[in-house]
Amino acid sequence: MGIAAIDVTKRFGSFTALDDVSVAIPEGSLTALLGPSGSGKSTLLRVIAGLEQPESGQVLIGNEDVTNRPARARGVGMVFQHYAAFKHMTVWDNVAFGLTIRKRPKAEISERVHELLELVQLEGLAKRYPSQLSGGQRQRMALARALAVEPSVLLLDEPFGALDARVRKELRAWLRRLHDEVHVTTIIVTHDQEEAMEVAGQIVVLNAGRIEQIGSPRELYEQPANEFVMSFVGPVNRVGDTFVRPHDLEVRLEPEDGSAEAMVERVVHLGFEVRVELVRGDGQHLLVQLTQEEAEQLELVRGQIVYVRPRHSTVFSPR
Amino acid sequence: MSRYVLRFGALGYLALLLLVPVGFVFYRAFEHGVGPAWDAVTSHQAMHALELTLLMAAIAVPANTIFGVVLALALVRTRFPGRGLVNAIVDLPLALSPVVVGLALFLLYGKGGWLGGLADHGIKILFAVPGMVLATMFVSLPFVVREVVPVLREIGTEQEQAAETLGASPFQTFWKITLPAIRWAVAYGVVLTTARAIGEFGAVSVVSGRIEGRTETLPLYVQAQFEQFNVQGAYAASVVLALIAVATVVGLRLVHPREEA
Repeated sequence: MGIAAIDVTKRFGSFTALDDVSVAIPEGSLTALLGPSGSGKSTLLRVIAGLEQPESGQVLIGNEDVTNRPARARGVGMVFQHYAAFKHMTVWDNVAFGLTIRKRPKAEISERVHELLELVQLEGLAKRYPSQLSGGQRQRMALARALAVEPSVLLLDEPFGALDARVRKELRAWLRRLHDEVHVTTIIVTHDQEEAMEVAGQIVVLNAGRIEQIGSPRELYEQPANEFVMSFVGPVNRVGDTFVRPHDLEVRLEPEDGSAEAMVERVVHLGFEVRVELVRGDGQHLLVQLTQEEAEQLELVRGQIVYVRPRHSTVFSPR
Repeated sequence: MSRYVLRFGALGYLALLLLVPVGFVFYRAFEHGVGPAWDAVTSHQAMHALELTLLMAAIAVPANTIFGVVLALALVRTRFPGRGLVNAIVDLPLALSPVVVGLALFLLYGKGGWLGGLADHGIKILFAVPGMVLATMFVSLPFVVREVVPVLREIGTEQEQAAETLGASPFQTFWKITLPAIRWAVAYGVVLTTARAIGEFGAVSVVSGRIEGRTETLPLYVQAQFEQFNVQGAYAASVVLALIAVATVVGLRLVHPREEA
């Protein structure tokens, strides 16, 4: 089912976490709420889940107004950053919880839990307790638990935030595949732009309780609506009012039309990508991304003088 | 080397302060064999005192357990005006001398007290079981609250919220998620409450009037026998009190053998 938040405002004391936010999440999509901490992304998710009550505005799930409905009656599945595993229950009982509460027949519960444990690849660990699982396994268990009640929407609050980088990458790819299989409307909250771009079909960028832009990962990267989005969805150099992506800077050994002189400060080899940090005569720092091949041709060393010019740059009209 | 100093230091301290005195009580109680000791504790007066003590515990412990869990939930999970004050008041019975507690109840329910009129309507509080129960509940009130509050803080609200999104009602969430998570804190609180309720002397001594065979709990009985130079009776009853204490602590260890308690 689709989800909509309409003119939602949420305050905590004098702090405005959400300032008149409206957003529509299409049915079956995987949408990321992306923003720095304190931007209101988690609050928006919790308002949709029913765990926070907004001061004003409406939440629709499907075509129903659920604003005044408690979380337990909204049909949402939620996954928390720190797993929220029921520590005194086995993996099996954790996953079965929602169905047990609903007093479903034993055979049905058993069948469904089996199915889900298989889906999240935890079949062999049904009798373990959460403390005997790794972080990644716990989070997969939490996902199975949320999916058990066949939620109309799946809400993930920084689900991979507490995991190490390698496991995080694996789980992202796995979540993407899972979504292709189950098709449940999913919202994932993250502060990691790479994660949002990798996983989501639609990204909602939030900042200071407001929505800055809604679009596909590519739209955000190529046509950012403003400075904030431009600098949040990827690295960027700012020169005066002009914004240039590091891979849009050309580095030459000889001066050319429109190029500026700069000195090489540092060269970082990251395999295919080579990052070069430059400093211009006026003290302005620039970050350049080159391919390994380009870098090899230039044979850059620290202290060397080079000439840079942008292939492509963006200027935003003042807000 | 310093390890041994530490170990023997700790053990020596325990032995000197706890084991030797309690050991002497046991020794004296059974000095003339089991027979006299058994006769002393099975006397009509001693049995009545034991029954009364167990009655006090049977009322005060469940009441303070339920109240303690509810209050702990209120203190940790909600915001209400005067929370800090309530939090401080809970500790009052720990800080206040039990004799003062007894005196306070005496003034409240005694002649001329705010609730002194109850006696005129046939509701006898002082020098009777209700007053003694009140005194016992007062002094044993903080233990469950104090054990449960830090554990509730530590477990946080995420599990409860997860249960809520999975369709659990507030009652189901409490029963299936919160209570199992705090169960050992509650159990430990119950043990401390029981120990306090059974051992209470000061407050009960003031409000009971210490009427032999009527308002005499086991600790009061021990004191009375000691004053009447019936040391055999006093030691034997003390052994019963000590055994109840040991049984309570061992009981907890058996169901929850981990060290963390």
